[in-house]
Amino acid sequence: MRTYIIKRLLISVVILFFTGLIIYGLMRSLPTSYIESMAMTKSMAPGSKSYDEWMEQLTAMYHMDVGILPGYIQWIGEVFRGNFGDSWKWSVPVLEKFNDSVWISFTMGLIAFVIEMLIAIPLGVLAATKQYSKTDYTISVAALAGISLPTFFFASLLKLLFSVKLGWFDLYGLVGRDYEQLSQTGKILDQAKHLVLPIVTLVVVSMGSLMRYTRTNMLEVLNSDYIRTARAKGLSERRVIFHHAFRNTLIPIVTIVGGSLPGLFAGALITETLFAIPGIGYVSYQSMVSGDIPFSMFYLVFMAVLTLLGNLLSDILYAVVDPRVRVA
Amino acid sequence: MADRSKSGYLDRKEARRIQKENRDTLKKLERSRKRKKIPESEYVTTMKDPANAVEFDDLHTFFYTDAGVVKSVDGVSFDVPKGKVVGVVGESGCGKSVTSLSLMQLLQRPQGQVTGGQIRLNLGDKAVDVTKMPEREMQRLRGNYISMIFQEPMTSLNPVFRIGAQVDEVIALHDTKGLSKAGIAERTIEMLDMVGIANSKGVYSMYPHELSGGMRQRVMIAMALACSPSIIIADEPTTALDVTIQAQILDLLAGLKDKINSSIMLITHDLGVIAQMADYVVVMYAGKVVEKGTAADIFEHPSHPYTIGLMASKPVVGKRAERLYSIPGKVPNPVNMPKYCYFRDRCEKKLPGCSQGYPCEYSLSETHKVSCRLWENGSTADDGGES
Repeated sequence: MRTYIIKRLLISVVILFFTGLIIYGLMRSLPTSYIESMAMTKSMAPGSKSYDEWMEQLTAMYHMDVGILPGYIQWIGEVFRGNFGDSWKWSVPVLEKFNDSVWISFTMGLIAFVIEMLIAIPLGVLAATKQYSKTDYTISVAALAGISLPTFFFASLLKLLFSVKLGWFDLYGLVGRDYEQLSQTGKILDQAKHLVLPIVTLVVVSMGSLMRYTRTNMLEVLNSDYIRTARAKGLSERRVIFHHAFRNTLIPIVTIVGGSLPGLFAGALITETLFAIPGIGYVSYQSMVSGDIPFSMFYLVFMAVLTLLGNLLSDILYAVVDPRVRVA
Repeated sequence: MADRSKSGYLDRKEARRIQKENRDTLKKLERSRKRKKIPESEYVTTMKDPANAVEFDDLHTFFYTDAGVVKSVDGVSFDVPKGKVVGVVGESGCGKSVTSLSLMQLLQRPQGQVTGGQIRLNLGDKAVDVTKMPEREMQRLRGNYISMIFQEPMTSLNPVFRIGAQVDEVIALHDTKGLSKAGIAERTIEMLDMVGIANSKGVYSMYPHELSGGMRQRVMIAMALACSPSIIIADEPTTALDVTIQAQILDLLAGLKDKINSSIMLITHDLGVIAQMADYVVVMYAGKVVEKGTAADIFEHPSHPYTIGLMASKPVVGKRAERLYSIPGKVPNPVNMPKYCYFRDRCEKKLPGCSQGYPCEYSLSETHKVSCRLWENGSTADDGGES
């Protein structure tokens, strides 16, 4: 197992190198160039140098006067010295900006993910064991509605109901008006209260697919021969479902768990924007739109690292739940 | 109706009518089954002959599908005497497996339902009708009193649990002696030894994927026999195995049967297996028993044209034949069974009388019964048969 993990990690390094190259190439080829728009603004100031002169100067200043491959190597060199550079758009070190915005998104994502699992998996199992019953149809229709609802629509609905009509929550923002006057616990509770609606939105919108997935897998398992064997042994229906069937349903579900690792850090652009939460989804979008190469490079490569780790994690989890794929 | 069977398609009205009918019938059946308390008087019964372990009496098992009601088992009656092997033969889809699943009460519900008849099970001090038994009571019998060996050893064991744990489970479940954990493990290893697994201690902690098909079938047999059941249903236990392993498994079953003195209901379409193992033979065709008798009756005097056809389609060692015989035609559509003998259209000996209703059961001897009009004269009609 250890040699397997080491091998996978070494392969991951190679994959990461090329992923980074592709990302860098794409960022450099974007039609929106931060340098161009800056040169444009500067050249328009009265009594300034011409656009071309500004371009030359800025390009050299930002080290963009080399080709894609040397530029990428240069970037990697800096990264190995622990230097991700300063963000162009936000004018602060990349890590600082990232650190400022990622944790709120991560908290939101993690809570939503845990709630989603806790609700979707039992509901999926329930729907499968009572296939074609009223319970099954109710759950399936609810799941389908969740999948089909656009985030912005559902979030607006929640806002209308709970913020405008009932007035339980603030319309947007992460902190209330009197945040500064609150005690330490009061501050945490205030933030938690502001996260309720965004988390509900995230859970409802993403729960449906996991629930459908669990249901489909459970149905497949319940129709298999070894479940019939388990019933033929005289086991109770409870034990058949929660011991014999559930362990087998877990096998495909763990891939989802591993695959959702990058998603926790990616933020939720639409939800964050709608509720005006300064999370990573919003920040990374703004950086990319303005052609902020240092920040986007860091963010996208970080996502690539997480994706690779997530895949490795699901493979390890696979081996944990399924004895057939264990490597000797 | 005639149109439907020709095209194979249902019009929307017809489909809706079937769905509604199915829903109503199933609701009624499921409700009566799901009652909180089912009084014992509803399922306790008496055996016709106390020497029998199981009596199937006019069993009807139907599947309510969207294309209509499939009469998988339609009035099947036969007995399984204590300590004997009863072979059930017939082609695929004739209702052999459904008959055995009805006995186990493992039908795919709610679509599959026993709608009529009785399956009387001899428990020694009393007899019960398993078709009316509540689920909780049934769980106590399964694996303990009746157990089943399934036809696909490759997929019948749970892939994520160790062999030992899977056999332990059934022993612990029906254990009345209060065995300790170590005691149960010991019993499991003993069972694995008994079915001829050499490295029983090693296999105890292996996963199913580490064993071959023959080994897995042995584990299945060990699991089925772990509680010394009185009735073993072997549903094509050797179909997925090669011939050498097949012989070993059959020898094993026969030996074990004598050791724990149980009855075996052996389901197969392999006449060779039946000839080797069975004391009694039941031949099924399209959900009905067409002929039954002792092994000698069936093999020496096959009387129903279908049985004769089956015998003729078996290759014979040492005899060269250009083409192996096969019965012409095909089984009628199970949704729309004809009103006459189901075998008429494929029969080489059909009489003009064959178009009038399904033939009743004629006795050729004390043990040998056949449902065919060929025997109408010269034998007495049994009034217990079909009308």
